[in-house]
Amino acid sequence: MSVSVGTLALAGLLGTPVIGALLLAAIPTYRVAAGLNMILCAITFASATLLYSHRPEPSLYLLVDDLNTVFLIIGTLVGFTTSLFSAGYIAHELQSRKLRSRDLRFYHALYQFLMFSMDLALVSNNIGLMWVAIELATLTTVVMVGIYRTNAALEASWKYFILGSVGIGLALFGTILVYLAAQERLGEGMPAMAWDRLAAHSAGFDPALLNLSFIFLLLGYGTKVGLVPVHAWLPDAHAEGPTPISAVLSGLLLNVALFALLRFRLIMAGNPAVLSPGPMMVTMGALSLVFAGFMIYRRRDIKRMFAYSSIEHMGIITLAFGLGGPLANFAGLLHMAMHSLTKSAIFFGVGYISQLEGTQRIADIRGLTQSEPLLGWLLVVGAVAIAGLPPFGIFTSEFLLVTSTFARSPWLAILLVIGLMIAFSALALRLHGLAFGETVKRHALPAWRLAPMALHLGLVAIAGIYLPGAIVAWFRHVATQLG
Amino acid sequence: MTTLDSDIAHLLAGSLVLVSFLLLYQDRMFALLNVFALHAIVLAFSVAWQAHLQHAPHLFITALIALLFKGVIIPAALHRIVVRLGIHRTIETVVSIGPTMLFGMGLVALSVVVMLPLTQSAGAFVREDLAFALSVLLLGFLMMVTRRNAVSQVIGFMSLENGLVLAATGARGMPLVVEISVGFSVLIAFLVIGIFLFRIRERFDTVELQALDMSRGESE
Repeated sequence: MSVSVGTLALAGLLGTPVIGALLLAAIPTYRVAAGLNMILCAITFASATLLYSHRPEPSLYLLVDDLNTVFLIIGTLVGFTTSLFSAGYIAHELQSRKLRSRDLRFYHALYQFLMFSMDLALVSNNIGLMWVAIELATLTTVVMVGIYRTNAALEASWKYFILGSVGIGLALFGTILVYLAAQERLGEGMPAMAWDRLAAHSAGFDPALLNLSFIFLLLGYGTKVGLVPVHAWLPDAHAEGPTPISAVLSGLLLNVALFALLRFRLIMAGNPAVLSPGPMMVTMGALSLVFAGFMIYRRRDIKRMFAYSSIEHMGIITLAFGLGGPLANFAGLLHMAMHSLTKSAIFFGVGYISQLEGTQRIADIRGLTQSEPLLGWLLVVGAVAIAGLPPFGIFTSEFLLVTSTFARSPWLAILLVIGLMIAFSALALRLHGLAFGETVKRHALPAWRLAPMALHLGLVAIAGIYLPGAIVAWFRHVATQLG
Repeated sequence: MTTLDSDIAHLLAGSLVLVSFLLLYQDRMFALLNVFALHAIVLAFSVAWQAHLQHAPHLFITALIALLFKGVIIPAALHRIVVRLGIHRTIETVVSIGPTMLFGMGLVALSVVVMLPLTQSAGAFVREDLAFALSVLLLGFLMMVTRRNAVSQVIGFMSLENGLVLAATGARGMPLVVEISVGFSVLIAFLVIGIFLFRIRERFDTVELQALDMSRGESE
């Protein structure tokens, strides 16, 4: 019985967004479309949670295991809450004539298609299929980033397109090399691309080929994670696209690319003769952390600032997974979950702020706690959470990471702490101007529109104060598997 | 596989590297488009030869896509775009052609040095094929980095992608090669349509630093 429930849930997870995309492409009224978009995301989220307890049998193409259910549940949750936020956000964009209703039809269909491709990338057991799914997700977001058709949006979209294409090109070359390494052991054809077989048999693969492949994969998928030095597309894409897409990019797509890297890291881990992928990931992670910290100082655009903060946090997560070991992996998983929730909440807030104030320039926005108290204070809470202050979940994961790093390589821990401090002070500096100060403006935003943001921040706060035992056990289990 | 078979395969893969160098050398837009068409045709022959050697009829589809789509349709479409946008005169390069060629030679040497010893266990043929493929890939990158113009960046990307197709077909019995080449074609079609619809001439580069800062939202 449990098998068939699992299969149904998997079909729901992948089928709902595809059917949804087709339906939404046909619906002209945006209110109906936005409503349907929410319902579809809710169904997808429900299917993902169902997959946690009911796993279908793995096939050569699809696989549901402990690792990807974590990513799936977080991803579909953020997808769902973003669809709630998006409904209010696009209504305003339509009123202010930044988007036409024809664009919105397109937008909703693409939103569902994006959900489909990300879910497919997460559940695929085939490294070729995973690559195809990530390519699809990239293409979809490229189109969505350029949807405003302003010069800046087109430039961002073009830059993302070119860099994203180069990234996926490199990742494909890496994938081909993995196939070549596996082909001698597993024979030609599909089995040599099935991830579970690759991970189980990687001890017999040619280590030199695996080493080379990981370098390509790290650079290729690392582009999509937004790791320095291949991050250049990320701030532009976040700043110039519609804000729901910024939220989905930061909360979801970066994680999916990181997930792909983790999959390959597990293949590498099975072979004792290969270079350890850890130090490479740690180097790129630490570089991203410190670089992004400095870049946050110089930003004048509020979305761009938080985009750099995403690079910083992806750096932290990559560093944690690169370090490895149960504790650091646990910290990495927790940090990833917390960052997804917090950063998408912040982008929800930033989306409303830029709509109310009519600008994204930090210098032009001040006194938010006076002009729109609820939104202003939620932004303060979000920024405090993302900066890594207690009592929020990000503090917990950063604390865990710093302590486990201190125990193993103190110098790295010092670098980590310096990076965190830089980003923290930069955020505090900018936040002060945004949230406080005198202003005569007064806005009235219906409180329910802030519900998704409040929900995310509430979850992050709860996780910081008390992390339920079930989640701890689940994450710990996955962390041990990650090695 | 007889010696002649693998010699022909090497000849075709090696010509692809050579044509990549020709691409780097072009300084006129129409010539660049023609050379790219040649690149795609050489790739089509190389893939077809692999399909014949590996008895893999599905690879003929990939060869056909390379021949018709990348060898004929895309160059023709780009040709029209170049005329419409009036950018046919010269190609703006970031680095002049001499040093670029030297750097390209360095990249080919690098890929040979990296690939040959690494893949000892793989068959001799696969090994050399991969070295060629990596060279084409890296030369494609080089072209994307050293060109400002959007059309030549797309051509750089397509030559990079040709290198990937060469690598994928060289890996014996690799699944999804056809699907991947179709996927890439869709991607390229998007790129070309994007250039046309939005009249992207250059990477929005401008000598006015102030304007650049404005568009990045970084100026006061």
